[in-house]
Amino acid sequence: MATALTRKDFISDQEVRWCPGCGDYAILAQVQKIMPELGVPRENTVFISGIGCSSRFPYYMNTYGFHTIHGRAPAVATGLKVTRPELDVWVVTGDGDGLSIGGNHLIHVLRRNVDLKILLFNNRIYGLTKGQYSPTSEVGKVTKSTPAGSVDFPFNPITVALGAHAAFVARTIDVEQKHLGEMLKRSHANRGASFVEILQNCNIFNDDAFKEVSEKTIKADHQLVLEHGKPLIFGRNRDRGIRMNGMRPEVVQLGNGVSESDIVVHDETNLSLAFMLGNFEAPMPTPIGVFYCAPRPTYDAAMNKQLEDAKAKMGAGDPQKLLHQGDTWTVN
Amino acid sequence: MALPPEAAGQAAESHGLAGGGAGHKRREKVDHVVIRFAGDSGDGMQLAGMQFTTESALAGNDIATLPDFPAEIRAPAGTLAGVSGFQVNFSSSEIFTAGDEPDVLVAMNPAALKANLDDVPPNGVIIADVAAFSDSNLKRAGFTSNPLTDHSLDKYQVFQVDVTKMTTLALRDSGLNNRAVMRCRNLFVLGLVSWLYQRPIESTENWLAGRFRKLPDVLAANVKALKAGYNYGETTEAFASSYIVDPARIAKGFYRNITGNSATALGFVVAACRAKRPLFLGSYPITPASDVLHDLAGFKNFPVYTFQAEDEIAGVASAIGAAFGGAIAITTTSGPGMNLKAEAVGLAVKTELPIVITDIQRAGPSTGMPTKPEQADLLMAMYGRHGESPIPIIAAATPADCFDCAYEAVRIATKYMTPVILLTDGQLANGAEPWLVPDVDKLPEIKVEFRTDPDGYMPYIRDPETMARPWAVPGTPGLEHRLGGLSTEDQTGNISYSPANNELMVRQRARKIAGIAREIAPIEIFGDAKGGDLVVLGWGSTFGPIREAVKQLRTKGKSVSHIHLRYLNPLPGDLADKLRSFRKVMVAEMNMGQLLKMVRADYLIDAIGCNKIQGRPFKVSELTNRILRALEG
Repeated sequence: MATALTRKDFISDQEVRWCPGCGDYAILAQVQKIMPELGVPRENTVFISGIGCSSRFPYYMNTYGFHTIHGRAPAVATGLKVTRPELDVWVVTGDGDGLSIGGNHLIHVLRRNVDLKILLFNNRIYGLTKGQYSPTSEVGKVTKSTPAGSVDFPFNPITVALGAHAAFVARTIDVEQKHLGEMLKRSHANRGASFVEILQNCNIFNDDAFKEVSEKTIKADHQLVLEHGKPLIFGRNRDRGIRMNGMRPEVVQLGNGVSESDIVVHDETNLSLAFMLGNFEAPMPTPIGVFYCAPRPTYDAAMNKQLEDAKAKMGAGDPQKLLHQGDTWTVN
Repeated sequence: MALPPEAAGQAAESHGLAGGGAGHKRREKVDHVVIRFAGDSGDGMQLAGMQFTTESALAGNDIATLPDFPAEIRAPAGTLAGVSGFQVNFSSSEIFTAGDEPDVLVAMNPAALKANLDDVPPNGVIIADVAAFSDSNLKRAGFTSNPLTDHSLDKYQVFQVDVTKMTTLALRDSGLNNRAVMRCRNLFVLGLVSWLYQRPIESTENWLAGRFRKLPDVLAANVKALKAGYNYGETTEAFASSYIVDPARIAKGFYRNITGNSATALGFVVAACRAKRPLFLGSYPITPASDVLHDLAGFKNFPVYTFQAEDEIAGVASAIGAAFGGAIAITTTSGPGMNLKAEAVGLAVKTELPIVITDIQRAGPSTGMPTKPEQADLLMAMYGRHGESPIPIIAAATPADCFDCAYEAVRIATKYMTPVILLTDGQLANGAEPWLVPDVDKLPEIKVEFRTDPDGYMPYIRDPETMARPWAVPGTPGLEHRLGGLSTEDQTGNISYSPANNELMVRQRARKIAGIAREIAPIEIFGDAKGGDLVVLGWGSTFGPIREAVKQLRTKGKSVSHIHLRYLNPLPGDLADKLRSFRKVMVAEMNMGQLLKMVRADYLIDAIGCNKIQGRPFKVSELTNRILRALEG
């Protein structure tokens, strides 16, 4: 074994070409930072992407990489992972790539639970095509293609993933470097399809889209950090929490008769809770962290097991014998 | 199949059934017979036809089949839309097609009769299940009176057999309900026709035993119906004679009755075995391609990965991912799926990854006639991608040839590091013929060597001979690299928008594909090797009818020849010269003239077209008539 790898080993020799100030830089830096901690040989790591700003990612990683076509990265990655299960395969996509043109592949790869780490950079805008609204843009958004405001109801990446029955669903933020690193490592630790939505700022076409949860002075009042087994408490003074009022969640102020025991405790294995949290929108806080983690058998392992079982039962395939099956006869 | 004609003197030409006296049954020899089984799509006509084909193959005949079924799984019973047919030609001499017209039509109901009657020649035999000619069935088929009794069929030899009643009688103690009994009618008919042509029915019994091994009641009933039909032929007065079609004189060896789709699947598996790599199929179900997926799903121990993808795009995209990882990666589809895959195929062109895209063509445009064959995807295969993206194209000529072509497609893809398009069609896919099973060790070598040496490695350095770039797969230390669809620099593969570099790379890829022509064997002309009056140029499944037509005209002294192409891109290097040695060039194809356009554009040869876009293969007579007209013109 060669000497331990460092962050530098994962930096490719290609010049990074994102706009100055783009949130993608922070994500790239954090991915490169945690890579050595994963203990996976560089040659066994593959980054696969589609099209869009985020999808330039593989060029900057000194691993194997494949910048494919718009929306199809999950399908390309599936073919690779199924036939090469020993590889560590990451998919980098965006809100347009993963939820619009590639929405079909995304939901199917999640339901199949192919062992891929899927990072969806959500900036709620089309950056590479210069500023059209995306499937995560809010209704009313004024862009080049929606001068009168968008009338297009958006997707919520978390609930889309949960709806596809993804086994691991998390959200983090480009500027929350420590949290981002933790989520990357958590996603990697899950064996199966791991879906991580990364709220990412596009400072050119949609600046400050996530200001409430990323601006230092105010974020604590808007971020709800999810931790398994811990109560859903937030706020700069950690004095607010989520309480159930019948079937509906509500924000309550702690004190005045409301104690921590009234607050919902996060449970990563509870799909209903995950859906509830996934649907939080203002005035509720924005949850970040692991919404759901409930490992189940992976598609790639199941398929390879079928192949191994067939081999154990029938022996390795013999092509000549195969050709001699069926309706056969000999002409003498 | 190359086999000399059997001594023709032994064979009586007549197929007539009439004229035998009572008493001992006569047996007459005939050279070849064309039978068409027709009924409702739920009547089991495909099964009856396929089993009869197997019986005939085992009897040593040369065979060719043409299944013809509707896209609807169960169209309303008794309607013309629901008629399913299976035509088999079996012969004591070499044959190339399933026959223009059936000598015998088995009609299980009025709709089956109506849909097929135009194809039956005068004096042809019609065997009809009389019980099915009820008023309501006649009405559903659009008859205003019963053709079995109104003399409208007087020019044919009609045998009215109460298949329904006799099957019911034979199975009255079977314990099966009426519906299950009715489903055995096809076996009764198969038994009867098997007797008529003295086919052994053991192979069908064996096949039934396998299919119904878990349903002993159903097995017993099917066998009983089969034998009842056979015995009915032997004992009834209606059929005075039975007929013998002697074995054809076929090259010695081990044979297998094979459909095009099965041959395609086997070609891929064997190619992957020779390459010592796993096979990966990414595919989305589509008619008429799905059988390749079904077959390959049964070969897991080779190993074969079959991924039923969420759509056509994921089918090809997953294959690209598998190829990146070093598998022999393929995708299978038909026309509509080809459209959807186009962008991803362009990615495989740009990244120079070896995949095989199989287009089992069907009649279009749009959804078209999904179960009917056509050859109208050639220009899409050639040019159906954005940008300059040349791809080798190979087309299979016969069902068995699908094996060789699938194998060859993998060989070229891996040798040249390029996607390859394999074209077959619905007729080849479902048609069957005897196949002289090859010796796997004697097939051309498929050598796959991954790059492992980091020294001097760059993703787009090229082999000096083939111009292939190295195949370096993830997991190899020191060869970490990034591929992508963006324009990239020669050798390094780094993103580059340099105008000159872009043209260089486009020209390199074009030269690489064009260079494949070096290893295409010289064209073999069937007919006048040094040129003559007219040559028919064909590709794909038109092989059979063209060869038969040309053969027939040559026996009449016409200077007509046949060239059939397997390689459509690049075209063989000697094609232009060979075509120019003929006074006239006719391109016969099941489209509006796509190869014709290529020949005219590439060679400035004033070729003429012979085209049919009916979802049906050429009849031999259609071709001979067209050729004769061209010879006169």
